[in-house]
Amino acid sequence: MAYSEKVIDHYENPRNVGAFAKDDPTVATGMVGAPACGDVMKLQIKVNEQGIIEDAKFKTYGCGSAIASSSLVTEWVKGKSLDEAAQIKNTDIAQELALPPVKIHCSILAEDAIKAAIADYKSRHGS
Amino acid sequence: MNYFQLFQVPAQFDLDLTELGTRYLELQRNFHPDNFASASERDRLLAVQQAANINDAYHSLKQPLLRAEHLLALRGVKISHEQRSFTDTVFLMQQMELRELLADILHSTDPYALIDEAEQQIQQQKKLLLKQLAYALDANQPEQDLLAADIIRKLKFFFKLQHELELIEQQLQD
Repeated sequence: MAYSEKVIDHYENPRNVGAFAKDDPTVATGMVGAPACGDVMKLQIKVNEQGIIEDAKFKTYGCGSAIASSSLVTEWVKGKSLDEAAQIKNTDIAQELALPPVKIHCSILAEDAIKAAIADYKSRHGS
Repeated sequence: MNYFQLFQVPAQFDLDLTELGTRYLELQRNFHPDNFASASERDRLLAVQQAANINDAYHSLKQPLLRAEHLLALRGVKISHEQRSFTDTVFLMQQMELRELLADILHSTDPYALIDEAEQQIQQQKKLLLKQLAYALDANQPEQDLLAADIIRKLKFFFKLQHELELIEQQLQD
């Protein structure tokens, strides 16, 4: 199966790979996995006092599409409010990366990862 | 289709694989195309279809994870094509750590020590989960079936890890 150019670009030059300090109170983490392919995705967001996502990082073990999906999401969420970031849909990710039907679950994983990170932030900050 | 019925073995997780293999050979012989050479077109096609079912059934029953999935599907819990994300954070953290351990192997000065360590952890966890799976499936209760489904999801991550580890070992040998 051929990957789209955008997937290859994100796969070869992934944006925002890494992790923030665990004990930073402005950081929240979303962890998700896909049992069918064994992919594991960690997405972290750093949120400022105004509730805006200042920075994001990810670490993904999985196929090229899973890595590209998480890389793209970290780019998209920067500068967004938590509510705006929660609006990101897997279909937007799949469309941007031109994912074939068998790789749609990779975009679902990335959507669920950002949602999990937002939920983690809200649970820690009581809103 | 109920694969256990097809093979006339008890519908349970703990199966006698030798008996399963014997039954498979018998069934294969019974539905061999040679037996249907002079049969009607319809019977020939049915035999071909049945031979394919027998192969599918054997493939599913002999592998623990597929057997467990089939057993759950018969009880109304279908997980083989689900796309829902798995969200058990503690479990996924552990997966992440094991993935990191695997990633370190190729850059290590003593890769085989790390391989042994990873292999040991994976085998230990797999064994434990398979035991829990057998226990949950044996109960044959709806809430235990849901627990079994979750254990299968976890096991899939470990089977994937094992596959990744095998690829790394191959890479080292090349």
